[in-house]
Amino acid sequence: MATLSDLSLKNRIFMAAYRYRRLDPVPFAVPRRPLSSARVALVSSGAVHLPEQTPFASDIKGGDFSFREIPGDVEVARLLVAHKSDAFDQTGFLEDRNLGFPLDRLREMAGRGEIGSLNTRHVSFMGSITAPGRLLSETAPAAANLLAADGVDVAILTPL
Amino acid sequence: MCHQTVGLVAGELEKRGIATTSITMLREVTEKVGTPRALFVPFPLGYPLGRPNDPELQTRILRAAFSLLERPAPGPIVEDFTG
Repeated sequence: MATLSDLSLKNRIFMAAYRYRRLDPVPFAVPRRPLSSARVALVSSGAVHLPEQTPFASDIKGGDFSFREIPGDVEVARLLVAHKSDAFDQTGFLEDRNLGFPLDRLREMAGRGEIGSLNTRHVSFMGSITAPGRLLSETAPAAANLLAADGVDVAILTPL
Repeated sequence: MCHQTVGLVAGELEKRGIATTSITMLREVTEKVGTPRALFVPFPLGYPLGRPNDPELQTRILRAAFSLLERPAPGPIVEDFTG
């Protein structure tokens, strides 16, 4: 089990003083249809990207707030991980991308009819954003607009 | 910070009518952000789907996360993964 006390001293000191942004009010969409007929998209903050995409940058002050579109037919094992955070152990994720980007598991669920369909694209952010101003004003709305335009009903989000 | 990012993106999706469900390893952060629906899993940071190369466990976690979509409004909702 993870708690803030597991983090390194440096990260604990930072996070103890950090003022998290709060959703207020908390937006809450009632699902439009049952999962078995819903179109589902995956959103991960694990900084995965295609080899041919520009990697996320670790030298942007406040964090890289950009995102990458991951095509729905991607071979999961091809995805690279650009995450530079020292706050978590990447060993498992590098061994099996499905640990943080579970697209193969979602494909299996869609194949069994538990999920209606998977969207034709998914979204990857690099989660280590300490200054989320432009995430909130630019890139999170842009990513949400893309998925809304695709007719996505449900999104599942995985932090790393 | 991954947990704050996920919560804030979830908020933008919900505003556009997309229902979201998230996984969390840091309940304290998820509660502070107000992530609309989150499944708390008892695994370390970096292991949201439990264990590498364990499709059975990964699928159980996904099913539990999707089951939060059946909870009535309002959010935020945080539930424990009980296996």
